[in-house]
Amino acid sequence: MSDTLAPPRETRPAATPPPAGRFRKPNWNALLVEGRALIALAIIVVIFASLSPNFLDPSNLILMTRHVAMNAILAIGMLMVILNGGIDLSVGSTVGVTGVIAGYLLQGWDMPLTQLVAYPPVWVVIAASVLIGALVGWVNGVLVSKLNVAPFIATLGMLYVARGIALLITNGETFTKLQGEEGLGNTGFITALASAPLGIPMPVWFMVAFAVVFSLLLNRTAFGRWLYATGGNERAAELSGVPVKRVQTIVYVLSGLCAATVGLLLTADLPAATPRAGEFYELNAIAAVVIGGAALSGGRGTIRGTLIGAFVIGFLVDGLVLVGVSVFWQQVIKGAVIILAVAVDQLQQSLQKRRALRRVAAATNRPGAPRPA
Amino acid sequence: MTQVAERPANAEPDADVVLRAVDITKTYGVTRALKGVNFDVRRGKVTVLFGENGAGKSTLMKILSGVEQPTGGVLELDGEPVVLASTNDAVARGIAIIHQELNLCPNLSVRDNIFIGRELRTRRGDVDYAREARITRELMERLEEPIHPSTLVADLRLGQQQIVEIARALAADARILIMDEPTSALSAAEVEVLFKIIDDLTADGVAIVYISHHLEEAIEVADHAVVFRDGELVADRSAEGLTLPWVVAAMVGREAEYDFTGAAREFGEVALRIEDVRVVDPDAGGRLAVDGVSIDVHAGEIVAVYGLMGAGRTELMEALSGREPIASGRAVLGSTDLAGHSIQERIALGIGLVPEDRQRDGLVQLMTVGQNLSLASLLGAVRRGFVSRKHERGGIDDQIRDVRVKTAGPEALITSLSGGNQQKVVIGKMLLTRPKVLLLDEPTRGIDVGAKGEIFSLLFREAERGLAVLYVTSEIGEALTASHRVVVMSKGRVVREFDPRTCTREEVMAAAGEAGGDVHPKEPDSE
Repeated sequence: MSDTLAPPRETRPAATPPPAGRFRKPNWNALLVEGRALIALAIIVVIFASLSPNFLDPSNLILMTRHVAMNAILAIGMLMVILNGGIDLSVGSTVGVTGVIAGYLLQGWDMPLTQLVAYPPVWVVIAASVLIGALVGWVNGVLVSKLNVAPFIATLGMLYVARGIALLITNGETFTKLQGEEGLGNTGFITALASAPLGIPMPVWFMVAFAVVFSLLLNRTAFGRWLYATGGNERAAELSGVPVKRVQTIVYVLSGLCAATVGLLLTADLPAATPRAGEFYELNAIAAVVIGGAALSGGRGTIRGTLIGAFVIGFLVDGLVLVGVSVFWQQVIKGAVIILAVAVDQLQQSLQKRRALRRVAAATNRPGAPRPA
Repeated sequence: MTQVAERPANAEPDADVVLRAVDITKTYGVTRALKGVNFDVRRGKVTVLFGENGAGKSTLMKILSGVEQPTGGVLELDGEPVVLASTNDAVARGIAIIHQELNLCPNLSVRDNIFIGRELRTRRGDVDYAREARITRELMERLEEPIHPSTLVADLRLGQQQIVEIARALAADARILIMDEPTSALSAAEVEVLFKIIDDLTADGVAIVYISHHLEEAIEVADHAVVFRDGELVADRSAEGLTLPWVVAAMVGREAEYDFTGAAREFGEVALRIEDVRVVDPDAGGRLAVDGVSIDVHAGEIVAVYGLMGAGRTELMEALSGREPIASGRAVLGSTDLAGHSIQERIALGIGLVPEDRQRDGLVQLMTVGQNLSLASLLGAVRRGFVSRKHERGGIDDQIRDVRVKTAGPEALITSLSGGNQQKVVIGKMLLTRPKVLLLDEPTRGIDVGAKGEIFSLLFREAERGLAVLYVTSEIGEALTASHRVVVMSKGRVVREFDPRTCTREEVMAAAGEAGGDVHPKEPDSE
């Protein structure tokens, strides 16, 4: 090879050594964004603690965290979809339909074409509900990835379809007989999902478990990286051999799985399977994700941030109730907090981008002549 | 080649000068796209801008039309310094640009497109469609293209759509009309019409700034010629006595700083066999973008595909990579027919594409240098279900060293790199998949000369290890100095092949249709 170029061999890039320890070097950008959500959370806690002496009461904290947990699990699923650049409006309805299916099976399943009533054991009930949740998500995913239906539309349609099915199954009624009977071998649903081991309610345990599992999924597996890549630049990901369609389908399935989990937890918690369960839950989940610093355009967002977002929403709502703010004002304040969080986020993003550009220009160029006014 | 060093100072004020660029500079991040450019646009004259890709023409056009702001320097309109804050601002001052990709709404009528954003109002405040239609009809008559004002733009031929763009500029009373590659989509007859329109417009005192890669056409239409090279204006002269060899010499200037014509020529087996491949143009249904192309690329060989915009080169690359289907013919990698294989399967088989548009198709901007590098080969680093940091990091570090990416480290954001280093990351990403054949579409677009040389030395180094390379280029100098073989494409076909050691620049350009079919290869006027 002719070596007319004489590549400068000494300019071997000074690659910084990998950060010590098992944890990734903190991404300051993300920390700042989440830090802001943490500050919001701190402000909320301080305000409500000063307004109501009961706010920091351990029993109240546990109660609020239980509420947070339901939304946080939904939000973790929602984060998967939003990282992909999509949105899942159907999760609230999925909560309803999976809860109803669990309730229906526990009541006893009138097997078609026979006079028999089946009483499946609890693990079958749970598995069936989870499968239904995954199925709803899979349909969403196929609609979006294979048929190119816009995520907003596909999941909006599914919001109605799933809710309608929940109402059809119960005929609008609520199932309340969830304890099961010893003789039928289907007891234990409520103890399994609504107990409080070590004084911590089951939903909180689930939230922690989901957070750990999904963090690993996002940060340690190829799928996680692919998800960030498809959300960040789908075309580049595709040309790099990332199975973008499969990733897109899977995120909706994961969201459906999370919604089914919440459906089961909520049903056991009440304890009742009502077809209207989970209405508008999708909105709180989306709010938690965006307050946690995720970009609706995809590619940016973390589990940590989403959890903090869920706490902000949950503590805010419960705190307002606790200090007796009117229901109407609760709505106004919640909406304002969501908008404020995202607006500040956007502002910060553009500031950072501008600062980064300036830094790059300053580091590598003679500064150009100042632009005439 | 000729050293062109004419640079007449804009000493005395010229009454005919309507727009003057004074010491304009523009930097993008680390790239200096314009390095202090001075030039004039004169009333009633056609000023043609010559220059290779990346020479700075488009950047200057964006500045003149208000799309971008200069980093330094002043624009003077009628002798007064102006700041063109936006395209609307520029249009309001009588400067209009007609982009290569037309900016029309196909779902609206000709009339609506002409008045879009500047709708005429009646006294009641609603849109005065009657007056708009009348003015549209007058404009169309002036342009000798009798299109009815309520015709949908989607129903027009490309040439007619371009005329609608011109009409829109005229309706806004443009005094300065910038045309970026206006003939690239036109038939010969339509080009004639366009030139007649240009004559009429200049007779009316409109100043025209004209950019084209079709050098002969540009020379024909020019009153004044300005040549750019590497962000600098290197020649500024009247079009009198302007010849093709002079323009080519001025554009290319000194030879590229790299020359690989002496590189080893030890080729192996055929790595990629392209047999009579046809590809349908995804944008224009039915038309063939690639019309029966056959090329063999051997292991260790670097083949440059040279041609004009629209010759079907990008479409060929996209079909080979698996993004677009091959309509007929075969592409065989080693002994595997690529038909029916997805992009990821093809990457696994050993063929991958480095796309033309780095930002749009090559990089995930939100990710780090390391994450971008390992994206295509991530599965190789998976151990027991999880990505092994050690294995991923090893590949990344090797690649950063091998392709010589200048970065603060793998954790740096990809957007913190210069264009050339970003491109090295995109190439490194594909090299990490251990390809047998690497496809590259305009691998040096928009990066500086030094980085170009580094990218080619990288490719030649890989070729010595047996990699087969097929790359598309629009830069003749590149095709001739950095390849083992030059394949010229025109209108979807391979028209000729050249050995870069023996052919001349003019022969290759003529084959591509750049210099018109009837130009005989001439020796450049010196050396």
